[in-house]
This record gives sequence, C-alpha cells and structure tokens, in this order.
Amino acid sequence: MDQQKRIWSTLRRKPMALVGMGMLAVVIIMALFAPWLAPYDPNKRVQVTPEDILAPPDAQHWLGRDDAGKDVLSLLIYGARVSLIVGFVSSFFSMFIGTIVGLTAGYYGGRVSNTLMRITDFLMVIPDLPLMLVIISVWGRGLWKIILVISLLYWTYTARLVRSQVISIRERQFVLRARALGASDFRIIMRHTLPQVMPLIITMAVLDISSSIIAESTLSFLGLGDPTLISWGMMLNFAFERAVSRMAWWFLLPPGFAIVWVSLSIILIGNALEEIVNPRLKTHHLFNPRNMISLATGKPRLVETELQPEAEA
Amino acid sequence: MTTLDVRDLSVQYISEAGAALQAVEGLSFTLEQGHSLGLVGESGCGKTTVMLSLLRLLPEAGRIVGGQVLFDGRDLLQISEREMQSVRWKKVAMVFQGAMNALNPVRTVESQIVEALQLHNVVNSSKDARNRAGELLELVGITAKRGKQYPHQFSGGMRQRAVIAMALACNPPILIADEPTTALDVMIQAQIIELLEELQRELNLCLVLVTHDLGVVAEMCDDVLVMYGGTAAEYASSDTIFNDPLHPYTQRLLKAFPDIAEPGSDLASIPGNPPRLDDLPPGCRFEPRCHASNGEPLCVKQLPALVEIAPGHQAACHLVKGA
Amino acid sequence: MRRPCQDITVQRRNYLVRKISFAILTLILVIIFNFFLFRILPGDPVKLIVHSPRMTAEAQERIRTTFGLDKPVWFNLEGLQERGILGAFDTQFTAYLFNLLHGDLGVSFATRQNVRDLLQERVWRTVVLVAIGEILAIVIGIMLGMIAAWRRGTNLDTGILLFGLFTWAMPTFFFGIILLMLCGGRLPIGGMVTPGLKPEDGLAYWKDVGRHLILPTLTLTILYLSEYMLIMRSSVVEVLSEDFILTAKAKGMNAFQIFRDHAMKNAMLPMITIIALTLGYTVGGAIQVETVFSWPGIGRLMYDAVQKRDYPVLQGTFLLFAVSVIAANLIADLLYAVLDPRVKPD
Repeated sequence: MDQQKRIWSTLRRKPMALVGMGMLAVVIIMALFAPWLAPYDPNKRVQVTPEDILAPPDAQHWLGRDDAGKDVLSLLIYGARVSLIVGFVSSFFSMFIGTIVGLTAGYYGGRVSNTLMRITDFLMVIPDLPLMLVIISVWGRGLWKIILVISLLYWTYTARLVRSQVISIRERQFVLRARALGASDFRIIMRHTLPQVMPLIITMAVLDISSSIIAESTLSFLGLGDPTLISWGMMLNFAFERAVSRMAWWFLLPPGFAIVWVSLSIILIGNALEEIVNPRLKTHHLFNPRNMISLATGKPRLVETELQPEAEA
Repeated sequence: MTTLDVRDLSVQYISEAGAALQAVEGLSFTLEQGHSLGLVGESGCGKTTVMLSLLRLLPEAGRIVGGQVLFDGRDLLQISEREMQSVRWKKVAMVFQGAMNALNPVRTVESQIVEALQLHNVVNSSKDARNRAGELLELVGITAKRGKQYPHQFSGGMRQRAVIAMALACNPPILIADEPTTALDVMIQAQIIELLEELQRELNLCLVLVTHDLGVVAEMCDDVLVMYGGTAAEYASSDTIFNDPLHPYTQRLLKAFPDIAEPGSDLASIPGNPPRLDDLPPGCRFEPRCHASNGEPLCVKQLPALVEIAPGHQAACHLVKGA
Repeated sequence: MRRPCQDITVQRRNYLVRKISFAILTLILVIIFNFFLFRILPGDPVKLIVHSPRMTAEAQERIRTTFGLDKPVWFNLEGLQERGILGAFDTQFTAYLFNLLHGDLGVSFATRQNVRDLLQERVWRTVVLVAIGEILAIVIGIMLGMIAAWRRGTNLDTGILLFGLFTWAMPTFFFGIILLMLCGGRLPIGGMVTPGLKPEDGLAYWKDVGRHLILPTLTLTILYLSEYMLIMRSSVVEVLSEDFILTAKAKGMNAFQIFRDHAMKNAMLPMITIIALTLGYTVGGAIQVETVFSWPGIGRLMYDAVQKRDYPVLQGTFLLFAVSVIAANLIADLLYAVLDPRVKPD
C-alpha cells in the first residue's frame, strides 16, 4: 500500500501525467453527463429536409449534422461512453487473465509454464485485426462480443511481462524465506509475489485501455461495431462512406480526433507510470567530452577542449 | 625517469540536483616505468575516479576542476580530445573493474584485440594483427585458437585474462588495473595476481593496482598511495607503509587486516562510515573517525596537505610531525 | 569441462528446431481454427450462399452437394459403418484439408470467382504497399532513433518522443483519412490507377500507379516509423551505457568509430525482434489503409468480404495473412539466431 501511495504521489507531480489525467477527465465528464451536455438527444428521430443532410456547422449545430441529419456534437458526446466502456472493461479482463496466466506460469515453471507460454505465443503470432474481423463476422456484432474479442487477444502482453517478473522475484530472499517457513504456494503468490508485480500490471493495464479503444474504433470503422450504439468508430464508418466526397470535415474529423484525444490522454498517464515503475536512468558513455574539464587555472586552451568557467565552488 | 606525474588533481561530480560533489581533492602522485603503485582505500574513496580522470573517461556527471597530469612533456588535461585518443591505450591502458563485461558480447575476442592493434597502427596487416592477437592471448595463458570464440564462451577468469591481453596490445608503458580480482574466486585471483606480476617484470611495465585488498598490495607493489574521502592520506614505499604507517587511517587499515602471524587476534574494524560526498567534513576527511585527533580544532577545520615527513614518505595529517 | 564450442552448436540447433516446430504447429492450429470457425455459424449455410427465398428444395440439395455441405462436419459415423475407417473421414473437414493441400480455397459467395485466383491477383499489390511502407519506416525510424539517443535530453529528443506518443494514439485508418483530406487535391486518393490507363501503356501506367501508392504508403510509414524509432532510441541508449563501450572509448576510439563498430550491431538486434512483433500490426494497418484509399489488395478484399459476409474469401484472406505473419516471424527468429552468437533456447 505504501508503495502505491508513493507511486501515486510521484505520478501527481509529473506534468505528463497531469496533462493526461486532465484530458481523460474531460472525456469521462462527457460520458457521464452526456444527457445534460448534449444539445440534442441523438436517439430521437428527427424530421429532416434534404438540406439538413450533412449540413455544415452553424449556430444551432456547432459541429453540423451527419448523413442522417442528426447533430454531430451530440453524437460525439454520447460516443464517449462506448469508447470508455470498451477500453476499461477490455483492459480489466485482459489484466485479469494475463495476471493469472503470468503468475501461474512464472511461479510453477516447468511444463505448466511451457504450455501456457505456447498458448500465449500462439495468440501473439496470429495477426490481431484479421483475427478479430473474422471472429466478429462469424459471431455477430455487439458490444460485449467486441469487448470479449479484444480481451481475448490483448491479455498476452501482460502475461508475458508478469511471468518474467515473477521468475525474477521467485528466487529472491523473501520468497525463499516464506517458503522455508512453510507458506502455501497460494499464499506466497498472493502476499509476496503479486504486490511486487502490481505496479507493472497496472501500468500495462492502463496502456491496454488505449489499445482497446483504438481496436474498438477500428472494428467499428470497418463495419463491425455494435449497430445499436453510438461509437466514434461507427461515426467514422458512416462519415467515410458518405461524407468524404462532400468533404464534410465536421463529420469526418471530430470523432477521429476524439479517439486520438482519449488514447493520448491514457498513453500519457501510462507512459508517466512506466517511467516511475521502470526507470532507466543510465546515462551513456558517448556524451560530449567537452564538459569534462573545467579547469579554472587560466592556462591557454586548445580549440577542442572548450572549457567552462567553474560552475560552483 | 618519471613517466607520469599527477599534481593536485581535483574532480567533482554534478549531482542530479545540480550540486557539485567533491570526489577527489588535491591528489598528487608519480608513476615511474618499472615501478608498481598500489592505490588503496575503501569503496567510494575516489580511487577509480582518479584513474578515469587520467584517461579523461569520467562519466557524464564528472568534472575535472583542478590539477595537472604531466606526461611526455605535456599536460594531458590540456590536450585536445583527438590527441587524447592517441594517448589512450597506447601509452596508458586500463583494465576496468568488472572486466567481465568489458568485452563486446557479439564480437569475437580476437577481433577486439585486433581492433586495438589496428587502431594504433601497431601492426601492418590484418594477418599480422591476428597473429599478434594470438601471441598476446598465449602470453596470458589462453590458447590462441580460442580467440575466435565469443566472450560468453570464456570463463570469468579467462575473460579477465583476455582483457589484460587486450590492454597490453599496444605495449603501453603504463597499465592500470582497477580491482582486477574482485568478483573472482580465490584460486583465480591468485592466478591473475601472478600473471600481473610476471607481466610487470617481463615487460617492465608501470603497473597501477587499484584495490582495497592490502594483501595483494603487499605482495606486488613497490609504492602505495592510501586514499581516504577523495584525498591522499599517505604515500610511501610499500615497506614503509606496512612497517611504519604514520597516518591514523593507514594504521587502522592495517590493523583491520587479518595477520596470519596472529591467528587468534580480533579483527579491528574502523568505527563509523566513510564520508558522504554531499556531506564532507570541512577539514580532515578522516577526523570524525580518527582515534588520534580527539576533536583537535586544526584537524576539524583544515584539510591537511600531503607533506614529506621523511625521505620518500608523505602523509597528510596535522598530528604527524615533519622531518 | 564441457567443450564450449560444441555445446553452443547443439544449443543453437535445438533453438532452430524449436522455432520451426512451433511455426508448423501454429500453422496447423490456424488451419484447423480457420475451418471450424466458419462451421459454427448459426443457421443454414445454404441460405447464406443463396439469397433468393424461392429456391426449390432440389436446387438447395444440389448446392449442398456441390459445396460438400451434405457431409458431416468432422466425423462421419455412417461412413464408418458403411465403409470402415476410411469412411469415417468422409467429412467436410477432410474435404477442406484435401482441397487446401491442392491449393483450392473455395469459391467466393459473392462473385463466384475462385478464391485462390482472387488472392493471387491481388497479393502483389499488398506486398508492394507493405514492403515499401515497412522498409521506409524501418530505415527512417532507425535513423531518427539514433539521433534521438545521441541527442538525448535535448529538445530534439523530446520532440521525437512526443511524436512517438502521438502516433501511438492515432488509429491508422483515421490518419489515412486526415492525409486523404489534406492531400486530396494534389494526390490521387483512391484506387490503384486512374481509369483508362492500362499496363500496356508502359511507363505512364507505372507512374500513375506510383502516384496512387504515395498516400497509402505514407500513412503506413509515418505511423510505423515511430515505433521503430522509439525502440531504436532506447536500444541505443541501453547499449551505450554498457561497459564495453567504456572500454572502446578507453582504447582511443572516437565516437563515430565506437558507434559503428560496437554500438550499432548490438543496438540493432532488438530491432529484429520488434519488426517481427509488429508484423501483425502491419497487416492490420494494410487492411485499414487499403480500405481508406481503395487500394485493391488483399486487405481491401478482406474488408469487402466482411461487408458482404463472403465467408470463403474471408477464410482465404485470413489464412493468407496468418501464414505470412507466421512465416515472417520464423524468418526473424532464424535471422536473430544467425546474428546473435549468444542465442540459447529460452
């Protein structure tokens, strides 16, 4: 717990993380308060005249209207929900499966590990998008199907990472001590190993969220999204089919930028977390050698050793 | 015939917060061909920093802020980087601490020795280079054929020897060995020490042995420089140091080493800890742990200079009277 | 004491054997998966093939026989009883495998064309697109990565890092759309060639194809180079902090020499792994880019098949993509073994 508090306080001080959290907050507010924020209800049928189709932005419709005459801004606000739900839920499932697989494989080793890792490798080798396309095409469209398919593919990265961490922890003093005291495997895993690996898992889960959001939007763009829900990917699907020729940028661009916005926000947070959890502070040997000599003795210098005046006494 | 003369060397490290930490201060010593110098001190006393400074190989945070390194009629701290590159390895070669990792794992051992040879134009053709590499390996007791292998195929002791062979490639007059035996088991340690002794004799090297192991120093070194907290504590011939140590730190250090002649006696450790670089005492660095100072104000306030107490015997201590 | 030389050879051979057998196993599993996935469709497959509800029972039966849908899916009990063990294998699965071995991938539901012909016709278009995109991404990515590592901590480095983060957040298809909207006026945005031109037109044709290739390739390159760049950067920084670099410096080598003779090769090794790892994404990117820019390759074919629920084509393209990625991964593994003398079975 103490470790997590420390991580959180360090995170709070990193500008990257703060920007990311701010950006994410905007999206979360959009999703939570959609019915109040959106000027129109996108689920209500509207009477449209031909001029309303793909109408450019104006005072009543800040982002114009889509191919069915609906208000783009409202659609955009509601679209946040699907992205966030898919992102967080998929990531959670992936984290769950990945952690269990990783912990088991790492801790028990041997044939168990081999089998699990073969399965993991198998899933990693198969190209993601074609597999998702094929499964959804056959299985059918729907929010939960998308969530499950994405989770199915993305747990592998967490599993691998967790496994290698567990292997390195397994031989450490405190684990050996626990084992010598007769602690059960389960206890060792849960109380001694898991807390050590948690920061890494959380970091991966965060980064997973953005991957899941992008995956969902890609699937929706390619026509396999949930037809009953509004999602940014679906908006782009319609926009691309019907708005490109008219260059209706108000319909084409906002959903895409929204996707980039939310992904970027999460990536910033995840990246900041990664810096904390996995610092690589080594400096290398090939820096500029000019700074090495700061003699203040007033002797004549040759060109290549540009000397600096002594910085501090 | 002096080979390398270090005068008043001072080195700082810039911490992450930007503060300048004094790692070495006012260090002076002399290296002569055919003589070996043992540089002794606790971990963190600045021994490695001094050696890296000689070759201007400090890490990014290091700054040489004072002193001279006189060699071959010029100050090595003044010459250009390009000129320095021709001094490195050819005149002063170094075997680093943890030499295990000093070799590039994806290149053969031979190729890395050849690289040193060709870099300084020691040989005329690549064939000569390979032959010479083989000779060097044989010199340190490794079959020449094994040069074609990769470092991970050598044992730890072999890698250490290979690195020594590589260091000798350009026949440097000065060879610095930084903790050459740490991380090796005792049998291999003995082999390496023997090897270094032999090489020093045969090639008339000036060998600088950086170590915290007094036993090795006693066996191998003509002169000894004892360092503490980045400064010189005592500097004299090996005999003098072991028989007549003047500096309180040297005295305690010797007492801390087990004496085979007195197997029953207790080991005496030195109470306290070495000084932290960000919290150096204003005066003598050893004063806080010194058994002889008793809070003497001079010791607390003023950093003692290294003065000649007797011919060939220098010490930096206010409490030691000069000759 | 074991003789190190011999031991390594044996270890390396084991490594190769493991990698190859894994690739083959994966291939087999993919083939099996490919078959069964499409057989668990709810509903009557015949209805999928034929859209007309007024099909007579006879006609339906004929279609069933043609497509072999009258046989059991994977185990034929009747066949076992009538004709013994061989009869047991008279199933759709066996027919599928048999056809596969002969290169028969079925017939498109939508166009009645041979799936294999469709694939053959279009595969080189995707290969060209992906190859050029990847090569450019790798080359530029490596260069930028080295520069970023060299100038670590400077504004250039920060800029490069931010660029990396940004492209990671950008879906491929949307980037294509952005480029499309930005450059639509000056560069062709759809198809492979302007209508009217034919290969017989010689250079004019190929130049036109080239112009059509620019935007889709650019999309792939810009997005993918950031990954390579970031990996190269961290790889170089990592290598440059190794002890043997200090040794090289102590030997009197200058920065350029150290880089060329010691850092480069070591830093490049992880790149191979990364390229293999991201090949799956590259395929996904190709699908998206071909869709956005209507580039008539395998990716576009798959997209169209998804829209039309053209299952044989879907099956065929999936198989092709999976096999390509498996093969590419294997090649990468073998290449790595060749280049890194330390490789041992993990």
